[in-house]
Order: sequence, then C-alpha cells, then structure tokens
Amino acid sequence: MKIEEIDIDEQIGEVGNLLNRQEKRKGVLIHALQQTQEDLGFLPEDALKRLSKTLGIPLVEIYSVASFYKMFHFKPRGRKVVRVCLGTACYVRGSKKVLAELENTFNIKSGDTTEDLAMTLETVGCVGCCGLAPVTTINEEVRGELVGGRKIEGLISSIRED
Amino acid sequence: MERLNNIENIRKVRADLVEGVFRPGRNVVKVCCGLPCSTLGSYKVAKALEDEISRSGLQIDVVKTGCQGLCQKGPLMQIEPHGFFFQKVRPEKAKDVVSYTYSAGSPVRELLYRDSFLDKPKELFEEVPFYKKQLKIALRNTGNIDPFNVYHYISVGGYSAIEKMFSTMSPEQVIEEVKKANLRGRGGAGFPAGIKWAHSKKAASKIKFVIANGDEGDPGAFMDRSVMEGDPHSLLEGMLICAYVLDAHYGFIYVRHEYPLAIKTLKIAIKQAEELGLLGKDILGTGFDFSIQIREGAGAFVCGESTSLVASLEGERGFPRPRPPRLSEIGGGVWGYPSNLNNIETYACVPPIIEKGADWFLSIGTQGSAGTKVFSLAGKVKNTGLVEVPMGITLREIIFDIGGGIINNKKFKAVQTGGPSGGCIPEQYLDLPVDFDSLSKVGSIMGSGGMVVMDEDNCMVDIAKFFLTFTQAESCGKCPPCRIGTYQMLQLLEKITSGKGEEGDIEKLERLGKMVKLGSLCGLGNSAPNPVLTTIKYFRDEYEEHVYDKYCRAKVCNIGVFMIEQSECILCGLCKQACAFNAVKETRRSFFIDQDYCTKCKSCYLACPVGAVKIMKEKYKRLEEEFRLSSESLDEIERRRQMTLRDVLASRPCEVVMIRKDSTISEAVSIMTQKSVSGLFVVDESDKLVRLFTERDIVHCVFNNISFDEVIGNISMRDIITFDPSTKVSSALAIASKQKIRHLPVVEGDKIIGMITFRDIISYLLPEVCYMAETIY
Repeated sequence: MKIEEIDIDEQIGEVGNLLNRQEKRKGVLIHALQQTQEDLGFLPEDALKRLSKTLGIPLVEIYSVASFYKMFHFKPRGRKVVRVCLGTACYVRGSKKVLAELENTFNIKSGDTTEDLAMTLETVGCVGCCGLAPVTTINEEVRGELVGGRKIEGLISSIRED
Repeated sequence: MERLNNIENIRKVRADLVEGVFRPGRNVVKVCCGLPCSTLGSYKVAKALEDEISRSGLQIDVVKTGCQGLCQKGPLMQIEPHGFFFQKVRPEKAKDVVSYTYSAGSPVRELLYRDSFLDKPKELFEEVPFYKKQLKIALRNTGNIDPFNVYHYISVGGYSAIEKMFSTMSPEQVIEEVKKANLRGRGGAGFPAGIKWAHSKKAASKIKFVIANGDEGDPGAFMDRSVMEGDPHSLLEGMLICAYVLDAHYGFIYVRHEYPLAIKTLKIAIKQAEELGLLGKDILGTGFDFSIQIREGAGAFVCGESTSLVASLEGERGFPRPRPPRLSEIGGGVWGYPSNLNNIETYACVPPIIEKGADWFLSIGTQGSAGTKVFSLAGKVKNTGLVEVPMGITLREIIFDIGGGIINNKKFKAVQTGGPSGGCIPEQYLDLPVDFDSLSKVGSIMGSGGMVVMDEDNCMVDIAKFFLTFTQAESCGKCPPCRIGTYQMLQLLEKITSGKGEEGDIEKLERLGKMVKLGSLCGLGNSAPNPVLTTIKYFRDEYEEHVYDKYCRAKVCNIGVFMIEQSECILCGLCKQACAFNAVKETRRSFFIDQDYCTKCKSCYLACPVGAVKIMKEKYKRLEEEFRLSSESLDEIERRRQMTLRDVLASRPCEVVMIRKDSTISEAVSIMTQKSVSGLFVVDESDKLVRLFTERDIVHCVFNNISFDEVIGNISMRDIITFDPSTKVSSALAIASKQKIRHLPVVEGDKIIGMITFRDIISYLLPEVCYMAETIY
C-alpha cells in the first residue's frame, strides 16, 4: 500500500459517517502505521513525513502515537524476528535460560538486531501458548517446550539457517 | 452463501444441516488446530488423515477445530461417533486411525491418554480426568466445530439465541434476563454485565457502540484467544444481542496484534455472517442494522483498561482517562458516544443465557458468582491447558484433579491467579472455592483467568519481581504514583534479590505498594502492587531470608554462599570448566570455591552433574567450617535459635494462678502451697494484672516483720516486667538476668497467658544444649 494512496473513508469503514474529518484521520492512524511497518519492516522517518502529509496530522503527533506502542520500530529490523516469551508460565518454566542462551550465542542484548540484519532478538509478554512453555517464536512460527540443551541448540540452528 | 431473509430461513437451514450434512452419528475426526496443537504439527496430521481417508474410500469428515484444551498433550483428536480421545497424534498414525478405528471400531491403543505409565489408558473423551470435572458454557463450541465455517456453528444451535430474541423478546426483557442471570464480567473486575448494559441503555444518545475487549495482555492467559480462534460466531452473536439491547449499530472488536490467527478467524467469521445476513443491514429481515469492525492493537498492555482502549481506538496514545464520565455515559466512550465494553468471554456467555434462560445459568456456580469460568492452567502442573469449570470448585480440584498435580512430584508452593494484577495464593488456601469474592478475600483476584502454578523451585521474591518488571515496563507513564512508584518498588526488589537488601526494605515495599494502589489513576496501577503485597503477606519468611541471610531457598536468585560438598563430589571438574572467574580451585584431591573470586553466577551449580555444589546461608558457612555440622543440623539449630516464649509455654502444661490484690499474704501463701507454684499473678477487680507475688516477697515480709494478715495490695513491691509471647528465648533470658528476676509473666495485650520461671527455660533448653554439644563434639 502506498502511503499517498491511503483512502481515509475506506479505511475507517461505516463509522466514518459519524465522525468529523480530524477524528477520521486520527482513527486510521494506527492502522496506517501498521500497514507501513508491514510493507517496510520498520517506520523510517521519511515514510512518517509522507504519512503526516497524507493524513494531515503533525509529525510530532504521529511520533507521539508510534513511540507509545511496542510494535512500532524506528530502526531497521532483522530478517528473522525471534521473540522469547517471558510470560508467567514460560518464566516459571525457565524462559530466562533460553533468553540468556540466545543472547550469548548471537552476542546481542534483547531488543537489538545483529549487525548483518539477520535477526532481531526480542522478548514478548505472552504469545498465548502457555501450554507449551517455555515458548519462542521465529517470525510467526512458534517453538515450544524449549527445555534442555538439545532443544535450544535446535532453536539456534533454525534461526541461523536461511 | 445464500442470504437468510427471515427467522424461518435460519431455522430451516439448521434443520436441513442437522438432518443432512451434519447428521448425528456420522463419522467425524475432530483434529485440534488451535495454536499450540498446530505448533506441534496438527495440520500435517489432518492432511495425512485426509489423504488416508481418500485412499480408503470411507466416508469420514475431518474437522479442524479450535483449541480442545489439553494443550500439553497435543496434537489432540476426537473420534466420533465412537467418542475416543487420542493425544500426541503423529502424521504416521493417520493410517492406524482410519484402519483400526473406523474399519475395526477399536481405538489406537498407543494414542490413548494415560495418567502415568502404569495406569490403564482412558478410551473415551469423558473418562479423561482433565475433562471430567469441566463444564463448558463459554467454550461450548470451541474444539467442537470448524471456526472457519458458519454452518458448523449454526448446526450446533448457533444463532438460535437471536432467533428467540428477535421473535419473542424486547430489549428490556433481554436486560432483565442478563441481570437475573447475574452474569459478571469475565475480564477481571467481575462487574455485573446486566447492570452495565442497563447503564449504557439509559444514556441519552442515538449513537452507541458495542466494544469487545480482546486485548488479552495478561501473561499466562489465553482464553479469549481460544474463543476468538475457536468459536468466533458466539462472540459475534453475543455482541449482536448487546447491540439489540442498546439499539447500537456499530461494534468494534479490539484484538491485540500478537494474535494474528484470531484476527484472521474473526475477519472470515464477520464476512460469512454478513453474507448470511446475520450482521450488517436488515439482520434476518428484522430491520435491525449492526456492523462489526476489527481493530488491531499495537502492543500496549494498558490498552486492556477500558478508557485506554477507547483512546487507542480513537488513534491516540493509549493513556487512561479519568472517570467519570464512564464509558457508558455521554462523553466517556469512543468519540464521546456511550459505549458498552465487555470481555470476549462475557459476550460468549450471553447466547446460552438467552437461549436457556437465567434460571439455568443461576443453577451453576455459587450464589454470588453464577456460571462457569475459563482458566488457562499453566506453570508447573502435569496437564496444562484451557479448562472451564463451574464457579465454586476448589483450587485443589483444578490443580490436582484436572491439572494432574505438580510435575516431577515436587511440592506445591503457590498458585498465581489474575495475572500481573492478581496475587499468589499459598497452600493453606488450596481448598478455597474459586469465585470472584473468595479470591479477593485472600488478596488475589479472579482476573481474566490466568492460573499459574508454582512449586518449591520457584522463588516468590523473584516471581514478585517478574510481575513488577512487567507492570513497570507497561505502565503508560501518565500518573506519577504508578510511573515512579512501580519503578522504586522494582529497585527495592532488585536490591533484595541481588543480596543487598537491608533491614526495613520489606516494610518500605509494603508502604510503597499501598500508596501506589491508592494513588494510581487506572486499574493497572491500582493492582500492580498486588503480586508483591500478597507474596510479602504469605511468604514473608522468604523475603526475610533474602534480606537478612542473603539466601534464596529456591536457588533462583544469585545470592548465597557457594560450596562444594566434598563427600558428594565426583571430581569431574565440570565446575572448574564452567567458572568464568577462576573461582573454582583444584587441589590434589579436591575442588573448592574461592569465595573472594566467586561472583555467584551459579554456573558451577548448574554444571555439576551430581549436585555437589551447594548454596547456603552465609552464617551457615562459618558454623560449618568451625563445627563441621551438616546443613540439616544447621537448619535445626537455626530453628531453635528462633525459639520464642510461646514455644516454652507450649512445651509444658501451664496454669495461670491468680489472686486478688485485696487478699491477704496468708491466703497467697496457702494458694502457692496448694498449687505448688512459686509466684502468683496479682490482679484487680477487673482481672487486670497489677503485679506479681513471689516467694521472694514472702522472704521480704518475714524480714520486715510484716503481718501475714496484711493485704497484698498494701505491701511495696517492685514494678512488674511483662513479656510478649513472641519474645525470643535468648532476649528473655538476657532481660531476666539483668533485672535479676526469676518469674517471667507472659502477657498478650491485656490477656495473661502464663508464667515462665527461670527453671522452665533451663529445663526447656537443656536438651537443646546437650544436642548442640553432641553434634559439635
């Protein structure tokens, strides 16, 4: 989706009839940000500037919203996004160890991306897969029951392979 | 899909379906394709089954359902009409399933559920203990139907509640029914949905919104996801009923972005419902319009709070707003219009209530909390997964009967309910019936229904820190009590778990926690200190161990003194390899840890294959080196060191012998002789303790020629020193020696508990002293 081609009325749907122009513009903002990030992988400044122009929302306000939510990123991200679940169930079954192992292996801290943009390591509150704790996701794929060295090695090798 | 233009149409479609395509008794394999099972490969299993069926030429339907509950044993499978339940099905087994079960009519034995290796397998679905005690209302269809096909939902009686509603009920009657059923909000606070609906209905506005809260941010909770992914139409139907009541025409479902499958399923469900004329314009020819849109969250826990959710829907930062106005009032909801916000599970409970009536719903559960509740059982239990149980069931039944007990037969320590807003419930409350009110009585909450079980290997201070780390990071930063308060609390916990805790830190935590609770604007801050406060309440000894002894009994925190137990060491040298700081030193025939180099990183502890690396309290180490005591006897000594006067009193029968202060000395002497005691409590008319009368006072009277007919109250005596039963024996001894007294009156508040003499203490301590001496020499 091109940023310049965002159709505010279509995006907001039927509710649009009830709203004024400003409300409609704001109403589609988060969705537009999500779309932009899906296309580009992250939110570059220049895209946000164009978005600001299209929606008629000041850039500061866009930054204010985008920086509040955890899913938006302003830096390029790795091709593989690895999320270690630190939800309660995973935590009590030892997801801290999984995270430490990944941090050591790839020599990055949680929240960082490797220099070659191969992978980004993150933590997540809960992926709702508590039955299989501890859980890690690689992009959308879920890996469960990561207890013991062999399972974690398997996880690392599947992160490494392209 | 053909549009259904009136209520008769949908009845006819359902009747056709039940008699035709979905007739009972047909061959169906229900493969669980919920997220956990599909992670374990259930789509491959379904594919293999379909191939195998087409090869065999049998007439068998494969239905890919939502979550069937027992996630741990996935991929799961239900076989109909036989009623068999298979677990851990691999694609290779597809052939066996088709040939054994459908051709021969017997189950595939190795796929059946067993409690343990030695137990008989359970053939039928109803026999599996995990499902036995469950009763499903909100999840009635989840795991039974294909969520991507609206006809499946219709065939099991879906949308019959709106049939009844449109044809026979007025909005007021619907509200009355929901009110009467006492359906309480399943999202956490337990506010009655009927009252909320009535409130929203009262608001004088032509435009109203119906919002479903699917921002299930609590770590450890996944019941809303299961409903959205496994039975989306029951949510849509519930929202439609609510919309009919409020005369609202627009609805939103706010789903967190971590649930892409839920979003996809809901989109398909909405599209199918619109095609059938169950949503959109002129629903079922009644002239009622209602459309639902999905709004994706963007990853903010606070957006599960109602006012922040509204802010997020409007495209703002998800800051909570002060109330009033409430959401249901003008100016409070989305874009200022009155809005009715309920949890996904609450909406899913509405259709059965309308269909079967409030009395049926009231007959389930407890008096204050009717119906059932879905819990996501996780943590250290054998069977993790999704359970729906009637309210009033005990925690023990959920954890030990349904959950199958603790893994590896460890000892249960606590269960955490309600996510980061809830609290930890200790073992003593295991028999607590679970409902909204009983849980809040013990300091926790029902919350959204997360239930995480912890065993002896979990450190409660660490758990409290974990939850606070979460809420601190998720605090939106709008109000200072939450923003700064949670940060300071986290710093304190950090200090305690890293072994730098000081006296007073625990009290400071408690005080801060109460202030954060009182001062915060929204539910996040109001409940963020709960995990800390409840763990301090029930596990204070663990906190004290961290602060005073620098020791973590669960060996989770990196504190304590690391030692190698020479008698258990097998000299493999792995600990030396593991240590990055060269703290493990090697001598000719042993390894030991140099405390000056040790950073307490636990590498050696984790590396040792035989568990010879021990973590112990600092003072234990000194005693161990000096007296060569085993850690068990050190534990015993530690326990005895903590002895109080209460223990001494408990060790022997004790009679409180009192005398009025207007009695004479001779009366006192005769009582003392009769009861053979050496001291008396002297009390006034209201039985209040005034002083003691002891043998020493008799000597004093004899020496000063005081007549034995003198009243006790008139002779001069020393001021009385009383002791609380919680006084440690050591300090009581010290005070008694210093004050030169032999009788120690023990008083709790105004109540006289008993008298302890010097001799009592000595005879109580003598065995201990001998024991000490024997273990030392």
